[in-house]
Amino acid sequence: MLVKRGADIRYSEVTPKSAYINRRRFLAAVPLAGAALFTTRAAAAAKLAAIKGPFSTDEKPTPFADVSTYNNFYEFGTGKDQPSKNAGSLKTSPWSIHVEGAVAKPEVFDLDDIMKLAPLEERIYRHRCVEAWSIVVPWIGFPLNALIKAVEPTAKAKFVAFQSLYDPKHMLSEREAGIPFPYVEGLRMDEALHPLALLCFGMYGQVLPNQDGAPIRLVVPWKYGFKSIKSIVKIKFVEKEPPTTWNLANAREYGFYSNVNSTVDHPRWSQGSERRLGEFGKRKTLMFNGYGDQVASLYGGMDLRKDY
Amino acid sequence: MPWKPLLTRWLKAPIFLLCLAPVLLLARNAYLQILGANPIETITHETGNWTLNFLAITLAISPLRRWLGVPELIRYRRMLGLFAFFYGCLHFTTYLWLDKFFDFHEIVKDVWKRPFITAGFLGFICMAPLALTSTAGWIRRLGGRRWQMIHRLIYVSACAGVVHYYWLVKSDVRKPLLYGAIVAVLLGARLVGRAPSLRRPPRPPVLAQ
Repeated sequence: MLVKRGADIRYSEVTPKSAYINRRRFLAAVPLAGAALFTTRAAAAAKLAAIKGPFSTDEKPTPFADVSTYNNFYEFGTGKDQPSKNAGSLKTSPWSIHVEGAVAKPEVFDLDDIMKLAPLEERIYRHRCVEAWSIVVPWIGFPLNALIKAVEPTAKAKFVAFQSLYDPKHMLSEREAGIPFPYVEGLRMDEALHPLALLCFGMYGQVLPNQDGAPIRLVVPWKYGFKSIKSIVKIKFVEKEPPTTWNLANAREYGFYSNVNSTVDHPRWSQGSERRLGEFGKRKTLMFNGYGDQVASLYGGMDLRKDY
Repeated sequence: MPWKPLLTRWLKAPIFLLCLAPVLLLARNAYLQILGANPIETITHETGNWTLNFLAITLAISPLRRWLGVPELIRYRRMLGLFAFFYGCLHFTTYLWLDKFFDFHEIVKDVWKRPFITAGFLGFICMAPLALTSTAGWIRRLGGRRWQMIHRLIYVSACAGVVHYYWLVKSDVRKPLLYGAIVAVLLGARLVGRAPSLRRPPRPPVLAQ
């Protein structure tokens, strides 16, 4: 007897259109040396397991190929396509992070130890660059406050200062990049403790590619992208507002807070709208990058035109 | 010299095609979707770069004629200048359309408020009368001397273009400075060339074709 059966393949197993379109685009790009290099590196990336975390947007994540080839990481070149070509020289293992300053338990963490401080979560955040482009990224990490609690800050800890790796042998000089190195960033203590602020180790289910700030970076989704410092080697708890790289380079254009603010334009361009990578038109930029409900209260009583 | 007819007659078509290569390459890469993660930015940067390249190449013609002793190079100057305008138009259109989506209120505000846009706009506007009066008919109508005066606007365009680029970049000014140096050399070459020619009576300008 002939029994009619349904297709052997379930609908959930069908490759989503975006995936195969991307693969085509990918194949088209392979003849380019840089892309070919990137293919092999992407294939070798280690998987990183994570549970679903809170605060995720349901917006469509930007393709991995875009997020991993369109980078601002001036240590490896000031063009967007340069970090993915040059960051291969970044040695991410062994990696230690010095946590020091106004804390009861200063410590030099090995990367593996710091990753065990809290369960890894996947969080899909909007990410808005000060240059008026944006992406949506499924990051993997845990709240920065888990690390902060582990080292027990003292009453003197009012700010947290972060520092990136600087290896002049493999990186641009200050003169070439036009900004001082090592790259430094900072948050006010209440910002750093906010559950949205993420200490990040991976994206798209795998460990961070070097050009995206491996092996450990910050993600502060309500602030312009440059606040989310990459390849961190030092975290210091301090009493005074710490210096930050882009503010040192150009104080008129980049403030300490640098919250995404559609009402305060960059002196050279509007912050009212942004181009989401992969989209043709532009979209309106949201106050605090759409995280106002969570973070607006941190800035009550502050004049965000002055404290930009 | 045997290669001169080659220079004056047979090379124009290949050079024309060569000048089109950047835009053809851009179109090809757009079709293949390999313009990178931010294709519109790539198009903006490429067309802007080529506007500056062609401004510099056009400005190089006069000094090169003298230094190389090849006055025939003048035959290419108009075409190269028009290519600068062509890439300038593409660059400006990219801004009007793909960046501002013809929001003229925003555009006016931009040109007014943002110095780097103002500089770029000035450089572009200065090229328009040059393109318009590039024909032999216009040279005749204006008279060589006046025509040449007007066409010195290219100096303004080139300088404004460099300033536009310099003000645009965030911190790495190496490339805008390189363009600045090239334009400075090309303009400086005119000052150096000027001095001895003052002793001779002014010659009528050589008409292109």
